[in-house]
Amino acid sequence: MATIGTPVRRREDFRFLTGGGTYTDDINRPGQLYAYILRSQHAHARIGGIDTAPAQRSSGVVAVYTGQDMTADGVGGLPCGWQIHSKDGSPMAEPPHPVLAVDRVRYVGDPVAVVIADTLALARDAAELVNVNYAEEPAAIDPVAALQPGAPQVNSEASGNLCYDWQLGDLAAVESAFAKATRIVRLDLANNRLVPNAMEPRAAIGEFNRATGEYTLYTTSQNPHVIRLLMGAFVLHIPEARLRVVAPDVGGGFGSKIYHYPEEAIVTWAAGKVHRPVKWTAERSESFISDAHGRDHVTHVELALDAQGKFLALKVSTVANLGAYLSTFAPAIPTYLYGTLLAGTYTTPAIYCETKAVFTNTVPIDAYRGAGRPEATFVLERIVDLAADEIGMDPAELRRRNFIPKDAYPYQTPVALQYDSGDYAATLELALKAADYQGFESRRREAMGRGKLRGIGIATYIEACGIAPSAVVGSLGARAGLYESAEVRVHPTGSVSVLTGTHSHGQGHETTFSQLVADTFGIPIDNVEIVHGDTDKIPYGMGTYGSRSIAVGGTAIVKAMDKVIAKGRKIAAHLLEAAEADVEFKDGKFTVAGTDRSRTLGEVALTAYVPHNYPIDELEPGLDETAFYDPKNFTFPSGAYIAEVEIDLETGQVAVVNFTASDDFGRIINPLIVAGQVHGGLAQGIGQALLEGCVYDKASGQLLTGSYNDYAMPRADDLPTFALSTNTTLCTHNPLGVKGCGEAGAIGAPAAITNALVDALKPLGVRHLDMPATSEKLWRTIQQHRAPIAAE
Amino acid sequence: MYEFNYHQPTSLDEVARLLGANEEAKIVAGGMTLVPTLKFRLAKPSDLVDLVGISSLRGITDAGDALVIGAMTRHAEVERSPLVKQGIPALAALAHVIGDPAVRNRGTIGGSISNNDPAADYPAAVVGLGGTVQTTRREIAADNFFTGMFETALDRTEIVTAVRLPKPQAACYMKFKNPASRYAIVGVFVARTGGGVRVAVTGAGPCVFRVPEMEAALARSFTPDAIKDIAIPQDGLNSDIHASAEYRAHLVGVMARRAVAGCG
Repeated sequence: MATIGTPVRRREDFRFLTGGGTYTDDINRPGQLYAYILRSQHAHARIGGIDTAPAQRSSGVVAVYTGQDMTADGVGGLPCGWQIHSKDGSPMAEPPHPVLAVDRVRYVGDPVAVVIADTLALARDAAELVNVNYAEEPAAIDPVAALQPGAPQVNSEASGNLCYDWQLGDLAAVESAFAKATRIVRLDLANNRLVPNAMEPRAAIGEFNRATGEYTLYTTSQNPHVIRLLMGAFVLHIPEARLRVVAPDVGGGFGSKIYHYPEEAIVTWAAGKVHRPVKWTAERSESFISDAHGRDHVTHVELALDAQGKFLALKVSTVANLGAYLSTFAPAIPTYLYGTLLAGTYTTPAIYCETKAVFTNTVPIDAYRGAGRPEATFVLERIVDLAADEIGMDPAELRRRNFIPKDAYPYQTPVALQYDSGDYAATLELALKAADYQGFESRRREAMGRGKLRGIGIATYIEACGIAPSAVVGSLGARAGLYESAEVRVHPTGSVSVLTGTHSHGQGHETTFSQLVADTFGIPIDNVEIVHGDTDKIPYGMGTYGSRSIAVGGTAIVKAMDKVIAKGRKIAAHLLEAAEADVEFKDGKFTVAGTDRSRTLGEVALTAYVPHNYPIDELEPGLDETAFYDPKNFTFPSGAYIAEVEIDLETGQVAVVNFTASDDFGRIINPLIVAGQVHGGLAQGIGQALLEGCVYDKASGQLLTGSYNDYAMPRADDLPTFALSTNTTLCTHNPLGVKGCGEAGAIGAPAAITNALVDALKPLGVRHLDMPATSEKLWRTIQQHRAPIAAE
Repeated sequence: MYEFNYHQPTSLDEVARLLGANEEAKIVAGGMTLVPTLKFRLAKPSDLVDLVGISSLRGITDAGDALVIGAMTRHAEVERSPLVKQGIPALAALAHVIGDPAVRNRGTIGGSISNNDPAADYPAAVVGLGGTVQTTRREIAADNFFTGMFETALDRTEIVTAVRLPKPQAACYMKFKNPASRYAIVGVFVARTGGGVRVAVTGAGPCVFRVPEMEAALARSFTPDAIKDIAIPQDGLNSDIHASAEYRAHLVGVMARRAVAGCG
């Protein structure tokens, strides 16, 4: 029975919901010690010296190490996986990123020393005895201010705190289009800084086997092979063959668990020093100041239109905060995952984007669900809505006039990407109908009678997913390939293990991938096992992020299954005494075409492993195939979101009353999992729009929103029931026609919500609101705009 | 957290003895504030004296014109109690909006008022209803019990045993929640009793306070309109990244009007 396209319940959920998962912190190794990491309480300070002697003498303490100890032992800095070049061709500033701070701390949370003891409590007790002699220095916190002359310097290697000044697109073409424009719309906006907050905090256990010289790292990672490569080759100089990295069950990542973090290197290195396993688990407060943050852009955007409302050109200038150090993929986010998306769903013929990336004395910033694409979508969809308002056109109509038509594919954008498929107009119509867009004005009037300002907002989005063709990303500065791998092992009795290079940390791969295998091989889902997350088991793979797992990893599985079937046909032909060309594979059986003579996959597998009657001269025994798949292009999921909000006139409090999401994810393997992914993404996107704002004290650099008492995460009662639908066009360059769905909600929702809020406030003359749109911000906006009206 | 000795006495005498013997001892009721404080290593008590084993501190009784709620009664018990729902429905509704289900299943009324967090909900009800706090030594009128930010009239070894809350003719609590912590940015408890109208405000200032001007206006005319022109001065109100003093002052007015309307 075909399962693709049906809502198969997640196989992994029994394990997760009954407490049967194995997360890193659930793992305990014999003789294990505990690490507590002492972190800087200052945003910027010189380290005069660190006295660890009292801590070393403290009860239960096995070792205390500082950055100097690690440096003296030849430990390298944390590498950056992507290099960006500035407008003038110069490479980005790439200051060293020590695992433990050596002579200077650069953000509140910067690791300074590690205390290793018999228990975590003893390690914490001892950490209070570590005496760090800090000489505080002024800190650069605000990214725009950090670029001003005279701003405090975060890294001496990055003059003026500038990492790079990057550009994309044809500035001359843009300027010439602006010169001819009927109207130019301008807007300054910010994309608020976010703290990722995966439900499972990061954790790591390092282990060293003295007998074999082998190291093992258990870690909360989205990509164990990447960690093995980066940590082994650049930081600890351990050859791959002697380093195993295991990422077991992982409770959410959203990008924040892609990167190679200091703690992974600390516990692995320390395990080799003390010859005992060393475990570290982040506390939630520690996560706030040590997990890579997301977003934090300040942008000026200008859109040029002709008299009919056609977009002529777009010009975007962004300052992107990188934090104190370059996190693993940080440089790519505000450049090739941002500027390249600024065509959106539109035919804008000329686009120019420039990004100044800046170091500040804050936690490093890197990819967070959507990574660059939410920022691009917010810029584009806000300026489009503002343009509609300024020229007096319905925002849906303005979008219709500018959509890339469905017969224009492949469509080359002016910002490097070539879209393969899509039908944006139809997706928008689907959403408009579902949201009863036509009937909105009566709902607005009804709400006003209840003291509520009601607004409706549209956002369309496109994302580049399935990251991606290795040659393309290599030419853009990636220091890694971005293919994916799969091994399909058909066991002697016909059950199947799939070893995938992707990593599931909430996405439901054990179900979705099993559906692929079950349908292709014609076997029950229960006969399929998905293995991931252990470099000793799986082939070299790049992991899961950028909604790439089904498009790249799923395709690798398909390719490996194709090889299994090709070999199986040869074996079956031998068994059936038929020509290979006459043997076809369908519904789990190899059949001689036009006959009822067949062999099941299980029979063929058994023959492959018990090759008594076997074409041994032509074929090796076994039925176990590996494939690596490097895609030809990104995939381009897209969608249209419509938010409807009500603002309480008296308090400014917002309620999201309706939310409609129409998406094009290509072929959908499991609609239940896809809906779950959209729900989660929307929750995070709405969270960004209304609730989540990471706030640093601009003078001291202290994180003011360092706990759930102050950082507002979205909860179920902040959200409406979502109305979801899909409008499918298939990806043209992978065999499944899949595009990916993991980030969509977080990409489209912030702009849809903000557009709805601005629409609600339009009667007061409000033209923009920055996120998060808190109650007080809205109340003040209402007060300020009411006053002049009242005065008139 | 730091190490401490844990005690679970079964009588108030034993509690008194333990507190007397250990200068650095602390009482724990539901632990919803104390336990996080310990985990952050912001408190270092030598001993924790847990009141959970003292059964006389738990339970809700109907005293005719008032409800008497034992200090160790959990928020969830108040929220679900038929006696409370019947006698002071506004109190059951208030208990329902404290924290989250986990907090409501652990947190206690005695712990909440003894801690006197400026943004806690119960102080508004106890003052708004004109309640009386019963302790191991005396009875303290609500108006005299809450003395300042995290401060009460309690001595170090004095323990709240129960709270006596008169049944009002009508009452309503309106809470404007902090979207992050779900504590009150502003919470206003309005009660109409035989003795007059009481308006108690939590969240807005360093300690729960009454608004006599609103009480007087509402005594004349118990309608939202009666207080619509009463401005709350923002001086001395809390101001933080979640809400300025100006916004809080404004919200006191809005929540008070809505609470009056909610009294039906």
